[in-house]
Amino acid sequence: MKLFLGYLSILFRSQMQYKTSFWLLTAGQFFIPFTTFAGIWFLFDRFGTLQGWEFYEVAICFAVIHMAFAISECFARGFDSFSSLVVSGDFDRLLVRPRSTVLQVLGSRFEFTRIGRLVQSLIVLIWAVVNVSLDWTPLKLITLILMVISGTVIFAGILILAATMCFWTVQGLEVVNILTNGGRELAQYPLQIYERWVVRLFTFVIPFGCINYLPLLYILGRTDGHDLLYALTPLAGLLFFIPCLFVWQFGVRHYRSTGS
Amino acid sequence: MNTGKEKPQSAQSSQVQHANDGPPRTHTAINRPPRNLKRYVSVFRIRLTYSLQYRTAALAGVATQFFWGFVLIMVYTAFYSASSSDPSISLPQLVTYVWLQQSFLAFVMLWFRDDELFRLITTGNIAYELCRPGDLYGFWYAKLLAQRMASALLRCFPIMIVASLLPQPYRMMLPASLVSAGLFIIALLLGLLVLVAISMFIYISVFYTMSPYGSLLMFTVIGEFLAGLIIPVPLMPDWLQDIVYLFPFGWTADFPFRVYAGHFGHTEALFGIMSQLIWLVALVTLGRQAMKKALRRVVVQGG
Amino acid sequence: MIELHHISKSFKVARRSSGIANAFKSLFSREYTTVQALDDISFTIKSGEIVGYIGPNGAGKSTTIKIMSGILVPDGGECRIMGYTPWRDRATYVRHIGVVFGQRTQLWWDVPVIDSFELLRDIYKVPPQEYRRNLEHLTETLELSNLLRTPVRQLSLGQRMRCEIAASLLHNPDILFLDEPTIGLDAVSKLAVRQFIRTINEERGVTVILTTHDMHDIEALANRIIMIGRGKLLVDGKLSDLRSRFGSQKTITIDFRSSQDEPASVASVRELPGIQVLSMANERAVLLVDTDQTNISDVLGQVSNLLEVVDVSITSQPIEEIVLNLYKEHQL
Repeated sequence: MKLFLGYLSILFRSQMQYKTSFWLLTAGQFFIPFTTFAGIWFLFDRFGTLQGWEFYEVAICFAVIHMAFAISECFARGFDSFSSLVVSGDFDRLLVRPRSTVLQVLGSRFEFTRIGRLVQSLIVLIWAVVNVSLDWTPLKLITLILMVISGTVIFAGILILAATMCFWTVQGLEVVNILTNGGRELAQYPLQIYERWVVRLFTFVIPFGCINYLPLLYILGRTDGHDLLYALTPLAGLLFFIPCLFVWQFGVRHYRSTGS
Repeated sequence: MNTGKEKPQSAQSSQVQHANDGPPRTHTAINRPPRNLKRYVSVFRIRLTYSLQYRTAALAGVATQFFWGFVLIMVYTAFYSASSSDPSISLPQLVTYVWLQQSFLAFVMLWFRDDELFRLITTGNIAYELCRPGDLYGFWYAKLLAQRMASALLRCFPIMIVASLLPQPYRMMLPASLVSAGLFIIALLLGLLVLVAISMFIYISVFYTMSPYGSLLMFTVIGEFLAGLIIPVPLMPDWLQDIVYLFPFGWTADFPFRVYAGHFGHTEALFGIMSQLIWLVALVTLGRQAMKKALRRVVVQGG
Repeated sequence: MIELHHISKSFKVARRSSGIANAFKSLFSREYTTVQALDDISFTIKSGEIVGYIGPNGAGKSTTIKIMSGILVPDGGECRIMGYTPWRDRATYVRHIGVVFGQRTQLWWDVPVIDSFELLRDIYKVPPQEYRRNLEHLTETLELSNLLRTPVRQLSLGQRMRCEIAASLLHNPDILFLDEPTIGLDAVSKLAVRQFIRTINEERGVTVILTTHDMHDIEALANRIIMIGRGKLLVDGKLSDLRSRFGSQKTITIDFRSSQDEPASVASVRELPGIQVLSMANERAVLLVDTDQTNISDVLGQVSNLLEVVDVSITSQPIEEIVLNLYKEHQL
């Protein structure tokens, strides 16, 4: 843990060397989801409702997944850009050090500029939470927090899977973008509006549904009875992460027996 | 180092020191159009063949685009199904718009990753480019044009073909009429030229900021929004649509796509094409001037 | 301390052929060729030795280093280093080794050197007192005191190399793997680095394994050479032995005063036994003398009878040539 903070500190100071670039990029990271959100606002302005979902409800959906994405991109950036680590041979350097590879790859890179996106979605979340018409209970707030945590972990898992692919080939990584960026854009709307197979795919295979849609049903009081079940779905999402770690270890083993 | 008519007198003195280690002087006093046109064409062709080799990247890109297209259409369908208000553009037209956007994404997005040019400027290797005869604006324009065309060529046909064969409501429509199709192609190409002219400003600005990211990000974010990438222009509130058409961004892609979908009639399309031409001339003229000033600055400072 | 027994490693390399037809075929099935990177490599290195590990490019040097540092798992054979099996006991074993890659840096680029050192201290869990002691010692011997607060990207290559070596020693490793440590350095820095490696080897008993193409490094540091070629172990012995085997040739450079008899004298010099004229021009003769066939004093005497000698210098065969001869002998 202390080592992780050490990595954080050194990388933070590294990026602070380039202050203007940092602030400009962070501002950019704020505005990109901002325009997406503005798009949603305009759509609601024109259409009024989305299959029974009000604007602020969708806003919560949006905010949670973007927050989760931002945090995971900030911390798991090392996995996101893992291909450069392998190609340059710097992964070997990590193997020569007496620490776990996951910790070191996590510590190899932080993208602090994602804070811009985080701030934006946080503002949206607070705005939506304040304006949405429902009674908040402590359990609902806890669920909300769990949603963000679960989302972060799931996104991180996807990034780890993508990074593991680099042990075999550096091509085809773009496809993973579909899952991270595409999945995020898809899940920013309540899954209900999509076709059934989409809903099933993104609930059971890649559990985006567990991040915002299902728990949100509980929060908004739209569940069909099993309240607690829906509230706990974020935890189910966490389960996704464990196989990802195993796949990673498998990949490292493969790398070490076949060389680069 | 001589690059024709563009070197002002003040630059010559700072260049004297480099006279001995630079390449031999080539004197091109006046750019003769036919010879330079051939050069632009060859730059264009080289770039095109180079970009066409990236097949795997293109394949992955096509997959991504299909995914996005589907997501967008599903979202819009959901909005349309529950709504009672009368939208200004019909769902089939909107679906067509979305697929066109995905097919010709390279003609719409401002942020086209070409680190090569950025690196050229920031590392100062620009000196090599300056040594070549011909004008830099033209070369870079041809290069950027080729990149986008290559990227679009690889993707547009698969996407459009598959999209026209999809089941309703995902299906893409055929053009409203043969005339619409023709007008569409003209508008699309003009739109591309306008877009490249806009993007030239991004590269020129790097001469001043020396950092390819940062300030440009804001410009591209807003530019792309105004081009209808985030939300199709027809779905924007009317006041916003008026704003959009004050800027050239809407003329790059939104306009041609709507011509195709029949959202703009033939006369409107012709007037639109006129506007595109006016914007193109204005942007290129301004761009060349800005580049001249920027290059002067580089040369005086020694790069 | 380091034992390798019959280590073998082969790689499957995908064969990519040119042409569109082949590219299309490769979408469905890939052809692989097997490259035998290491074939039955065995050697033993005692604690405190400095070993030069040489061989032409692609011979398998970096593969061996990777196996010894626990990065790569061999196909066959055994390797015990300080009682560990490197790839199996990676996390615990790696604490005892230090690695310097000449062309890549292990320091963080934009922050002061000292920050990198402190993070490495945390990574290796070096006790604070030991760290401070090491740091002081390394700073003094490598003259790093005015470099510590500079960001790594602002250092010259020579300065950076000194910091890299220091970084690799902060945790008191017993073995140091150096991969091309002096590449790209200027003469002064090279000397400093070599001096330092000698010092830590003598004072701390650090075993050093040095891969390099710079034969002067070998000459200055290694008393033992292991040469590998095309995956096979070719030479394993002391440098002095190699020298006496191949180093029988010496080069004599003679400056003389030209005279009217010069053409005839020069012709006679060429006829002398046991020598080969490398160049003869502008009152300077460079002769290669095979000390197996004749000796230096005889040659000098004979030449001074023929030419009016002004100045003489004698050099032994450079080690590059010895190594080249070795390569030739093994047809590399």
